Amino acid sequence: MNVVYFAWVRERIGLPQETVDTDAATVKDLIAELSAREDRYAAAFADVSALRVALDQELADFDAPLAGVQEVAFFPPMTGG
Amino acid sequence: MTVRVQSDPFDAGAELNSFAQNRTDVGAVVSFTGVVRDTKGDLQEMLIEHYPGMTERAIAKIAEEAVQRWALVDVLVIHRYGPLKPGEPIMMVATASAHRAAAFEAADFLMDYLKSRAPFWKKEVTAQGASWVDAKDADEDALKRW
Repeated sequence: MNVVYFAWVRERIGLPQETVDTDAATVKDLIAELSAREDRYAAAFADVSALRVALDQELADFDAPLAGVQEVAFFPPMTGG
Repeated sequence: MTVRVQSDPFDAGAELNSFAQNRTDVGAVVSFTGVVRDTKGDLQEMLIEHYPGMTERAIAKIAEEAVQRWALVDVLVIHRYGPLKPGEPIMMVATASAHRAAAFEAADFLMDYLKSRAPFWKKEVTAQGASWVDAKDADEDALKRW
C-alpha cells in the first residue's frame, strides 16, 4: 500500500511517500506498526490527536479498516484558505 | 463550476470580471480574496503544500455542496500552492446567485470549509527560520455553523 506524508509529518519521517507491505487491519494498527519501526515514526505518530488521515484521498477515522485501500495519507490539520 | 489549483499567480480582479460577465440570470455576485499576510513584519515567504488529487476532489465536493444548498448559478474557486510573497493573493472564491443573501452565505460557507477541509498546509519563512502554521480551534468550530 502507498503511504504518503505531508507538512511536518513528512519532515519528521523524512519521506514524502513510501510503499508499505502490511497486514494492518485498521489505520490504528498501521500507526502502531510504523511507530515500532523507528524513532522518527514514533515521533511523528506520538500524538494522533494532532494528526488527520485520508484513505484513498477521503478523510477517515483512525479506526477505519484498510481492506481494499490503495493509499493512506497522514498529515496535520489542514490550513487552507 | 470552476475549480483551479495552481502555483501561478492570478489576477483576482480579472477573474472576477470574467466570472461576472455575460450573465443575465443572476442578481448577485460575491467574491472573497485571501492574501498572504505579514503579521509581524518579518515574513519572507509563505510556502503552501497540498495533496495533489485530493485537493481538487475535496474542493469540488465543497463547491458542489454550496451549489446545491444555495441554488447557486455558478461558483469559482482558485487556490494556489508553492512559494508566495507577502501581499500576493493565495486564493479566491466567487459565487453567483439570484439574490445576494445566498451569494454571501455560500461564499462564507466555502471559505470555512476550504480552511479546514481542503488539504493545504501553510509554512511561514522568516529570517529566524520556518514554521508550520497551526490550525485554529476557531476554524474547526466555524464548521458547526453550517
